[in-house]
Amino acid sequence: MIADEKYEFKPETKRKIFILGAVGVLLLVLGVFMSRNSGGHENNHEKKAAAEISKSLTASIEVQESPEHNEGAEHHGSAVWLKRVYTSLWQNDIFFVGIGIIGLFFVAIQYASQAGWSAGVKRIPLAMGSWIPIGGVLTIVLWFITKGDIFHWSHSSVFDPASDQYDKIITGKSGYFYWPLAAGSFPIFFFLRMVAFFGLWYIFFVWIKKEMLAEDLDGATEHWYSARKFSAIFLVIFALSSSIAAWDWVMSIDTHWYSTMFGWYLFAGWWVTGLSVITLIAVYLKEAGYLKVVNANHLHDLGKFIFAFSIFWTYIWFGQFLLIYYANIPEETVYFVNQMKSAPYNWIFYTNLFLNFVFPFLLLMTRDAKRHMSMLKVVCPIVIVGHWFDHFNMITPGVMQHDGGFGFIEIGMTLIFAAVFLYVVLSALSKIQLVAKHHPFMEESLNHHI
Amino acid sequence: MESNKNFVVGIFDDEDVLVSAVENVREKGIHIHEVYSPFPVHGLDEALGYRRTRLPIASFMFGITGTCIALFVQTWMLGYDWPMDIGGKNHASLPPFIPVTFEFTVLLAAFGMVITFLIVSDMKPYSWPRQFDIRSTDDKHVMAVDLANNKLSKDEIGRILKDHGASEVNEKNF
Repeated sequence: MIADEKYEFKPETKRKIFILGAVGVLLLVLGVFMSRNSGGHENNHEKKAAAEISKSLTASIEVQESPEHNEGAEHHGSAVWLKRVYTSLWQNDIFFVGIGIIGLFFVAIQYASQAGWSAGVKRIPLAMGSWIPIGGVLTIVLWFITKGDIFHWSHSSVFDPASDQYDKIITGKSGYFYWPLAAGSFPIFFFLRMVAFFGLWYIFFVWIKKEMLAEDLDGATEHWYSARKFSAIFLVIFALSSSIAAWDWVMSIDTHWYSTMFGWYLFAGWWVTGLSVITLIAVYLKEAGYLKVVNANHLHDLGKFIFAFSIFWTYIWFGQFLLIYYANIPEETVYFVNQMKSAPYNWIFYTNLFLNFVFPFLLLMTRDAKRHMSMLKVVCPIVIVGHWFDHFNMITPGVMQHDGGFGFIEIGMTLIFAAVFLYVVLSALSKIQLVAKHHPFMEESLNHHI
Repeated sequence: MESNKNFVVGIFDDEDVLVSAVENVREKGIHIHEVYSPFPVHGLDEALGYRRTRLPIASFMFGITGTCIALFVQTWMLGYDWPMDIGGKNHASLPPFIPVTFEFTVLLAAFGMVITFLIVSDMKPYSWPRQFDIRSTDDKHVMAVDLANNKLSKDEIGRILKDHGASEVNEKNF
């Protein structure tokens, strides 16, 4: 039988995490200071040219030009530095919510597919799920704070035919946000969806976690069956809610634009990032002397997951890009034109493909690379950073237009989020058994051999 | 038919017996020519002391050949040899080439692997693989020991195989 094993969240580790967070705060303050002093009027020729291109593209559409594309027209309020802080907050929030919910999704997949190999590692994603309630509260609070700057559709003037901000296309989509209330009032439908998704995710997290921990105490197999039942139901809910969440929280930033691939796209990014985080924590625990039940065979499986889903993400990315590129409809193409023609989005656009496809594809291709922790320690951070950049390019261009930047504000904010996330996950991990004691498939996992 | 290729052939019913027999027989210094089984047996490669297969490298090479050919052919044909205006796109533009490149990579990798498999397992055209025992394609595991490569006599090897669980021991000449 599996012995008691608990992760000890050492003060030394805590100090390192605090230093990480402190560096983040320092960089953030420095970045804000620098951005305020420069005044945000750094429109160089390149950005002007890019603005012209996107203007000429949208000019052919038979609608009133959206204020979004009016260069320099600061129609909604905040200063550039504050908008950058808001954008960075929202981007990191979505990114880390994704990693947290993928923890629960991973556990649910393992139960629903009755997988045996993963019995020894399932406590790591379970601990990652502890971010769901925090991320949920954060998302809802941040939405109230930042909606004016991030979500163009939250302005009532957009729906007012008398206003010069009136936008026919967004008015046509208003029901998706405001139903059953009048367009331009409170987006009750949108808000209820947000609350409902986090509520459902949290409830299923609590239920599945309860069964998993109860199994440690009495060893009854019923807990496994209950966890499988909850997992199956959760997967159906998650399939719908993750797609709708992607439209709501990310795609609606570019309100005019739409892509039917987008739900999958955000999910694929979340999923491969979450897998990398799980693997990285497993490697970290093994190097600290924990998790004896996890050996090269289990790491091999996790590595295969990262390899395969990096390719899956690329497939979705390309599926979205190719159709828009080939159809060449201005209202769709402008999304990529904005990303490909102006800094910093253009170098991130291409870097994104290297970090998330070329590197994991080539580095994780051989069997040995997936079985050795030294290689996984290289690839997992690459994938995590790569998908952070992917989230940056999904969210920032739509909000900041040609004022966007990548600098101390973004790095600092990310370090703060990473520190808090690590603290929450590791302290949650230290409160539960690191390895399930009576998991019915533990024997299979111990003898797993590939 | 007289030939200098003589084999002692052990027939095994169970794969676990087979794997431990392989380990023990090799420990006694007997060189095993080859083992045939109707399905993949886990741990048999390690027991036989085989090196890791280099098939993945071959597969990668076939694949990268396909990638290069597909990219070259499309760029040359559509970009230079017979440029066509398709939706106002550049003649040689990368994105529309990617699906074809991907498919051709997979196609060449798959064909290459099938051909490699046929050659390696001696099933290429006009070649008749040695059949030590036809039942190795049904429900028996077959261990072939080459007498030319071993110092022990036929009878001694046969007895050792029997001792380690062979249900029958035959002789085979090619």
